[in-house]
Amino acid sequence: MGPLIPNGIIGGGWDFVIALLIGIAFGFILEASGFSSSRNLAGVFYGYNFLVLRVFFTALIVAMVGIMYFDYLGWLDLSKIFILPTYLGPMIVGGVIMGFGFILGGYCPGTSFTGLAIGKLDALFFTIGLYLGILVFSLAFPLFEDFYSSGSLGNITLTELTGIPASYFALAFTVVALAAFWGTMLIEKRVRKNMKQYKF
Amino acid sequence: MNVNNTIDNQPKYINPYLGGVLLGLLILLTVYITGRGLGASGAVKSAVVTTSNTIAPSATKANNYMSQFVSDDRSPMYTWLVFETLGVLVGGLLSGLLFGRVKKFRTDHGPNITSRKRLIWAVIGGALFGLGSQFGRGCTSGAALSGTATFALGGVIVMFSIFGTGYIIAYFFRKLWI
Repeated sequence: MGPLIPNGIIGGGWDFVIALLIGIAFGFILEASGFSSSRNLAGVFYGYNFLVLRVFFTALIVAMVGIMYFDYLGWLDLSKIFILPTYLGPMIVGGVIMGFGFILGGYCPGTSFTGLAIGKLDALFFTIGLYLGILVFSLAFPLFEDFYSSGSLGNITLTELTGIPASYFALAFTVVALAAFWGTMLIEKRVRKNMKQYKF
Repeated sequence: MNVNNTIDNQPKYINPYLGGVLLGLLILLTVYITGRGLGASGAVKSAVVTTSNTIAPSATKANNYMSQFVSDDRSPMYTWLVFETLGVLVGGLLSGLLFGRVKKFRTDHGPNITSRKRLIWAVIGGALFGLGSQFGRGCTSGAALSGTATFALGGVIVMFSIFGTGYIIAYFFRKLWI
């Protein structure tokens, strides 16, 4: 029964080999889908390319529904998987800062690595920026240490917060995703018709 | 007005829904094997802590943030996410080679800005993303995607704040992209 490494079914010594292999698959899928181009990524905010929404939402609902099935079939012990801890204020502020980073920089961290891998200089500069931003955060940490650890709600899931079963959330996300796929297809067609040029 | 709608040199990408299904299955597999999802910004954090610990070990141990990631017996680079990220670089390169996208160094930019400006904005954007990812406990991969996939409240919050902010401010920075 999974998760395999926390349950000792695969020895901890394989950890980094598995990390490397999973990373290779991750990088391959991102690049093959077109996430190595900042113009493709920024398109989601300007309506000329909804690639990000398609890949992101499809991945999200496949993983969500998959986790539900793995739990139902008894393959995965959900009490042993990592639940990201929630820090309300810091996460909203962090998300807003990352939103600015996305529009100005055109990448997010994982996608910039794949852009870098195929020779995009803007991806290289974005990655240098990442390093500088985290360095500044670390050095200035005493200034906002209190804020950083504020608003802690623990490792809380949507189900624990609302009492609504996880399968309902999986269903809701699926319905919203399907509606978004259809709606954005229409928007994309219209926006592209009015674009002078779109070079990848 | 005569508008030229050509899409120049459109590279061959896989179908986005296929890409999404593969990525979703990969997250599922990763959770099944390791009990955690994917990530990206964590590897850059490890690089920052490693540099700091090499240049100024005592200052790094005195820093309440970086000291969490330093141990006496192992380099801070010895983490799951660093190995995963090395894999991402290899995987990206493999895909690029397979689909013929590995070329000499080049810069993607919108039609209304120069390459030079694009690179300056890329550093600024990267710095903001790096800073924000520390407050957010992860970036688009670790928090927004893997967090939401495991039904974590924090993942949903980060996802909506990133994309919500993006849509709100996109108009003001449209010169960069369209």
